[in-house]
Amino acid sequence: MNFEEHAAKPLLARHGIDVPRGALATTPDEAAAAAARLGAVVVKAQVPTGKRGKAGGIKLAATPEEARAHARTILGMEIAGHKVAKVLIEEQMPIERELYAAVLTDPPSKGPLVMFSTEGGMDIEEVAATAPDKLRRQTVDIRRGFSAAEARALLQGLGLGAAESRVAGALAGLYAAYAAYDAELMEINPLIVTRDGRVVALDCKFVMDDCGIVRQREVAASGTPDELTGLEARAKAVALKYIDLDGEIGVLANGAGLTMTTMDVVRHHGGRPANFLEIGGESYTQAKPALELLLSNPRIKSLVINFCGAFARTDVMTQGVIEAIEALKPKVPMFFSVHGTGDEEAIRLLKERLGVTPLPTMDDASKAAVEAARGSRQ
Amino acid sequence: MIVRGSDRVIVMGITGKQGTFWTERMQAYGTKVVGGTNPSKAGTLHCDVPVYATARDAMKGGGFEVAVLFIPPLMVKEAAMDAIEAGAKGLVVLTEHIPVQDVMYFMAAAKERGTRIIGPNTAGCVTPGECFAGFMPAFNERIFRKGSIGVMSRSGSLGVLLCLNVVQAGYGESAFIGIGGDPIIGATTRDALTDLDRFPGTEAVVMVGEIGGSMEEEAAEYAKTMEKPVIAFIAGGASPQGKKMGHAGAIVMGNKGSYGSKRSALEAAGVTVLDTPSDVGAALKSRLGR
Repeated sequence: MNFEEHAAKPLLARHGIDVPRGALATTPDEAAAAAARLGAVVVKAQVPTGKRGKAGGIKLAATPEEARAHARTILGMEIAGHKVAKVLIEEQMPIERELYAAVLTDPPSKGPLVMFSTEGGMDIEEVAATAPDKLRRQTVDIRRGFSAAEARALLQGLGLGAAESRVAGALAGLYAAYAAYDAELMEINPLIVTRDGRVVALDCKFVMDDCGIVRQREVAASGTPDELTGLEARAKAVALKYIDLDGEIGVLANGAGLTMTTMDVVRHHGGRPANFLEIGGESYTQAKPALELLLSNPRIKSLVINFCGAFARTDVMTQGVIEAIEALKPKVPMFFSVHGTGDEEAIRLLKERLGVTPLPTMDDASKAAVEAARGSRQ
Repeated sequence: MIVRGSDRVIVMGITGKQGTFWTERMQAYGTKVVGGTNPSKAGTLHCDVPVYATARDAMKGGGFEVAVLFIPPLMVKEAAMDAIEAGAKGLVVLTEHIPVQDVMYFMAAAKERGTRIIGPNTAGCVTPGECFAGFMPAFNERIFRKGSIGVMSRSGSLGVLLCLNVVQAGYGESAFIGIGGDPIIGATTRDALTDLDRFPGTEAVVMVGEIGGSMEEEAAEYAKTMEKPVIAFIAGGASPQGKKMGHAGAIVMGNKGSYGSKRSALEAAGVTVLDTPSDVGAALKSRLGR
């Protein structure tokens, strides 16, 4: 789950990292009032995405009137598909240097990775490509953590001067925040050194591991849930993973890998999948609500139902599918491929209750669905 | 890690519904299940084997090599640490949705102790004719039959599909390794490919990957050095760009992770990449010449 800047920065502050004074505003008047308290400010669009500056979502304001005007422009703007509903009004800082700091979950090393660069404000990919000598990386044993002393060692030779020990403190604080909140990414870009020697986080990007949300209820409440389409939200309410796509062939399968593959095979045979929807793992008992959900998509012209059971029992999934079909009596043509745990019973059920025989392979089922969709278009 | 019929296995969480269901199937198939754990039922018998409070107790009791974990997500870290500290040779971690920081914790401990880990979020592994560990339909003869094709998969259900296609084409499997669908896992694609390459009786390897991460690209490096043919299928070519990838995460991955990157890395390594899983039989025939 993503966190917007205004929600992430207080978490840094809890771990001893200096952040600018600021206030959240949802109207131009609130923005002006905050600026009246703070002096010269920055007006920053709050959306869970980067590149806000380039999109015109970050503006300097010397007076409350300017802050009001900028807030009026920025509120309601759309940045990378997100509508701006709030702005963060923050005091301006006297910047001397911009740095970059991040802690992220690193699959290759199977542990956390601390990254630091003296080239703040830039895209970190660009720094890695053009100035790799200015980028430092340190893998961490999560059982031991990452101390300020280790941070100092990492920063040596980067010419940070008098700011070095404060930057090291901020880096250790950033790691502590990463560890405390089940983060998969905690990033400060830029981390600045001010003309009076303070080290301040000017921005913060925080992504929480979705599997950690259950034990982070207090903090998770300030996160930004994914924006969902109507069907996606309905799926989420019944704990199903559904993603809307733009095609017309509905896909129902168990397991993420098999579902992606069913989409691939539909495309391979010239069709376009309408969705990703899987009922694998513990959710294999959810075939009925899953199919009901799919069938409520008006774009669907045909359907592939592809089950390959390991943990997920195909007889249980098929039973759910049959119940949905008996309840809704859909007109959409459906094509089945059923193999694995429980398949003999599943095939018997399909024959008995629906008079349907599954096709030998998922290719056969996908091809048939693609042809049926074509037929109904003409 | 390939679990063998001679390996003594404990099932952690043996008394739960799924633990019981799959322990009975593992026993019926030939897996040497020597015990299980559940702190509140220590001292009793379940599925005809002793239940211990911890893996440490099971090690003291009769000893074991492999622990299979049927444990809820938030309790896996403690159970895995118990098994690692008990001196397990390997762990099969089936659980999905474990917080990734917990996974990194027990992975670090496992690395230090030399413990092999399969998973998390795996359906387990099968050595046809010998044993299986996890929740694979090993007992279904249309899917698993003793043979000479090593199969590895990130996804359980897709692994089942490929095994089905291998058997339908007249072959059988030497071993199947499900490595798991989580971003951080113990045995990687490359590790599983290496294990299968060295496993006696294996003549070719079928590798089932997915978009995301860089494991297939790393496995391609190893595939280059192999004499045995490798056939691959990569799921997700038709999937939209992932929404979750963090900005800084992209740097560690570089350009790796997309379907195109994986396919070209594998093809450059001499791997046959399939457009659809149903083509696996034809690909094996052409590469093996029979």
